Amino acid sequence: MTLNILIPAALGYVVFLFFIASLAERRAEALRAAGRAPRFLRSPLVYTLSLSVYCTAWTFYGAVGYAARSGLEYVTIYLGPTLVFVGWWWLLRKLVRIGKAQRVTSIADLISSRYGKSNAVGVIVTLLAVVATTPYIALQLQSISLSFGAFAADQPLAPSQLALWVAAGLALFTILFGTRNLDANEQHHGVVTAIAFEAVVKLVALIAVGAWVVWGLADGPADIMARISEVERPEWQIQPGRWMGLTFLAGVAVVTLPRMFQVLVVENADQTHLAIASWAFPLYLLAISLFVLPIAAAGLTFLPEGMNPDLFVLSLPHSLGQPGLAMLAFLGGLSAATSMVIIAAIALATMMSNHIVVPLWLASRRRAAGRGAIPSRDASDMRGLVLNARRLSIGVILGLGYVYFAVSGGSRALAAIGLISFAGMAQVLPALVGALYWRGASRIGAAVGTCVGTLAWLYTLFLPSFGPDVILSAQLMAEGPFGLAWLRPHALFGVEGLDPLLHALFWSLLMNAAAFLAGSLVSFPSPVERVQSAQFVNVYELGASDESTVTRGWSHDAAENEAEDLLAMSQRILGADVALAFFAAAARGQGKAGFLPDPTPDFLNRLERELAGSVGAATAHAMIAQIVGGRLVTVDDLMAVASETAQIMEHSAQLEAKSEELARTARQLSEANEMLQRLSVQKDSFLSQISHELRTPMTSIRAFSEILMDDEVTQDETLRYAKIIHDESIRLTRLLDDLLDLSVLENGQVNLDIEDDNLHALIDRALMASNSVQPQRDFIIRRQVSDEDIALRTDIGRLTQVFINILSNARKYCDSDQPELRITVRKRAGQVAVDFIDNGSGIPKQSQVLIFEKFARLTDMHKAGGAGLGLAICREIMLNLGGDIAYVPGQGGAAFRVSFPLVLKPRASRAAR
Amino acid sequence: MKSPRPPLFLERSTYRRRRLMDAARILPVVGFVLILLPVLWTRGSDVGTAGEAVYLFGLWAVLIVAAALLSGPLRSALRRDVQGDAPDAGTETKAPEPRGS
Repeated sequence: MTLNILIPAALGYVVFLFFIASLAERRAEALRAAGRAPRFLRSPLVYTLSLSVYCTAWTFYGAVGYAARSGLEYVTIYLGPTLVFVGWWWLLRKLVRIGKAQRVTSIADLISSRYGKSNAVGVIVTLLAVVATTPYIALQLQSISLSFGAFAADQPLAPSQLALWVAAGLALFTILFGTRNLDANEQHHGVVTAIAFEAVVKLVALIAVGAWVVWGLADGPADIMARISEVERPEWQIQPGRWMGLTFLAGVAVVTLPRMFQVLVVENADQTHLAIASWAFPLYLLAISLFVLPIAAAGLTFLPEGMNPDLFVLSLPHSLGQPGLAMLAFLGGLSAATSMVIIAAIALATMMSNHIVVPLWLASRRRAAGRGAIPSRDASDMRGLVLNARRLSIGVILGLGYVYFAVSGGSRALAAIGLISFAGMAQVLPALVGALYWRGASRIGAAVGTCVGTLAWLYTLFLPSFGPDVILSAQLMAEGPFGLAWLRPHALFGVEGLDPLLHALFWSLLMNAAAFLAGSLVSFPSPVERVQSAQFVNVYELGASDESTVTRGWSHDAAENEAEDLLAMSQRILGADVALAFFAAAARGQGKAGFLPDPTPDFLNRLERELAGSVGAATAHAMIAQIVGGRLVTVDDLMAVASETAQIMEHSAQLEAKSEELARTARQLSEANEMLQRLSVQKDSFLSQISHELRTPMTSIRAFSEILMDDEVTQDETLRYAKIIHDESIRLTRLLDDLLDLSVLENGQVNLDIEDDNLHALIDRALMASNSVQPQRDFIIRRQVSDEDIALRTDIGRLTQVFINILSNARKYCDSDQPELRITVRKRAGQVAVDFIDNGSGIPKQSQVLIFEKFARLTDMHKAGGAGLGLAICREIMLNLGGDIAYVPGQGGAAFRVSFPLVLKPRASRAAR
Repeated sequence: MKSPRPPLFLERSTYRRRRLMDAARILPVVGFVLILLPVLWTRGSDVGTAGEAVYLFGLWAVLIVAAALLSGPLRSALRRDVQGDAPDAGTETKAPEPRGS
């Protein structure tokens, strides 16, 4: 059999697969159009068979080689997943539930979504997945090129050339298969069906070879058991550390490998299928590994020494004259390799486009929009961008796989290569378990833990896997970097003698988990993260209501015209028909005709999930945020709103204070106004009175002077009339003097005549002077003479005038039958206060404010005999003397307090005014 | 462990179902312990790789049968649980073709 037959056979097989895939897709399309679910395509059987993408060329070829080299150890790779599936109630159930509820598109999306939709975490996981999958893809390339080589050892094609062609062909195949369209749920009916078919082919092929070995070559099971015992070697002894470590590692890998996550969670159509798969998938694993040991034993028995044990499956029938079986085995191996490459490339391309390419593109658009270079919502085709990004990613992934194959030499055992990948993807485990079970797990912890674990894995396993002197020098491997022995990649921190894989697994996971825990414990999660952690960890409790109560929600008041923009964007991502149907259904649900529903929070949430199915949660959130723009309420926005509210409250408090102040001012103004009105009334009455007062003497002066002009006036009468005229003139003069005096005092132009005197003498003089007022009234004067002995230095004349005025007023107005006047003197801190208190009825309260005003008079003018200027003058004098005069209420009569400084400083008194 | 409010009286079927879930949780632990068993008895004894293989594949088959027995009732429990939920898997199938408004 030569390449001339093999290549057409391989191509024909691939074309057949393509046919199956497109048939399945068309069938699904037709059923969907008819309103029915594609029942068979989404059945538990297809689901379980698609899970068999776990069994790659590693299983098909590598397991036999593994068994030939290390005995039973190969079963750990299948026992680990068996335990995980048998224990599906623990982990897988929750994982699938969350994957469905959050519309997760990849393992990177799940982790980024859980940790606050952080794209940074998504990028880290994506990069890790790409690097970790690279050896795995190299493994497939190596196995395919080996299988070609096994048939045609004499062909001129070198393995690396062959591998290059295989890589290019697989890239093309995957692009044609996986990126034909963009499904809202990232589900690929056609591909899954083809994978399920391939699962059958590889199982049938391996069992056929196994059955032929057991019943054809050997004489049944008993004979093969004997042969196994015959070829048993010391290396076949079970190594406890590796046994346990590999079981664990395989159990982890079946969940964390990107392609396994893709078929297990993303392509899952019904959560209950998991119950079937919980026993059916282990059954598949059992079936596919059942004949591995017999084939290995047969290979060791029947084939010459030195054959590559990885190719026993192929070389046994080939060299023992079973070309048909050999062809079947070849196709089985091809199936195993292609199915892995297709699914892994699709899963990784989804991650790369959703977490790296599209965010970068969005960021560049936003920058461009910020510069005004392009409108922020332009109509370029997102679908095209996403699909092209995926095509490019597939090319990159297969290219990396080829580079790894070429650099590492392509001659190592398949299983050893695969385990490097397993250990790499296991670095996701702490972040994943934390995401599902620990609410305190935080973004920082996940990012730091994954990074630390990845670096440890790179250093201790991945980079050394290229062989000495390829990337890490042999000297570094033997002596450590810079001669630091405790940093040797295979003996980190002095842990020597451990199997390199176990060593790497131990250190990378230990450091990863430690960094993850420490990072989570010290960091503080963002609000979105807290919400997402509740959604993940408590996914069962949230149940159906989680659709409406998600707090990451959208504000209610998004304007209606935004629905159009949303529709335009969704069409680009989901495709025109799907988007229109989705919008129309939503509009009908709201009771509206047409295609534009109100962008309610509920609708926006559903749309976001729908879009998240295509482009990932973080990107979908960002895209809707871009359109709904300012209307999107993030927690930050809420904070801003809260602080604005606080500002407004402060403003209103200030306004309140101001309005209170205004009210106070208004009150004061109205008081002032009242007083002004009262004063105006008084002024009017005073003016009328003063004109009356002026007219009275003037009238009598005129009358008497007219009489005097008559000739018949006697000498006596002349004298009498002249006296009257004289008196009246004096009265006028005094009135005018008072007015003049007041105006001088008020303007501060008065010249103060400062002398030394004693207060006692001053009061004596004032009492004497005031006795002339109503001399008929007998006043009892009570004084405390000892207190009055105070030396003064002030304008004695003016002060006396004030005292006289007060005393005269008391004499005039005190209405007591036995009038009595008390004069008390107090001295305090350079000030003297003199109180004049009579025992009359005092001054009514409403008049107390007025008595010191000019023209104020409480009683009839004639009765008072003055012009009502006395107290106004007194107050002006006292102000000029640096003191004051005040009415003191509540003293049992009218009480005036005169206070002034002992020593008047003329300058200061002027300044005080 | 995830029963927020224990009911006052235990209906027999729900009680059974919950114990079934416990069994489903215990199964992988038991499996892991039994898988590690060959590690303990390889030294000294002459079971041989063939004997170990028989043991492991036998254990494997038992685990599968046990999981299959448990999966039936668990599946119906899960289905009840999921149907109480939003119809998440059905959205893309029930989207009708756009009718002109």
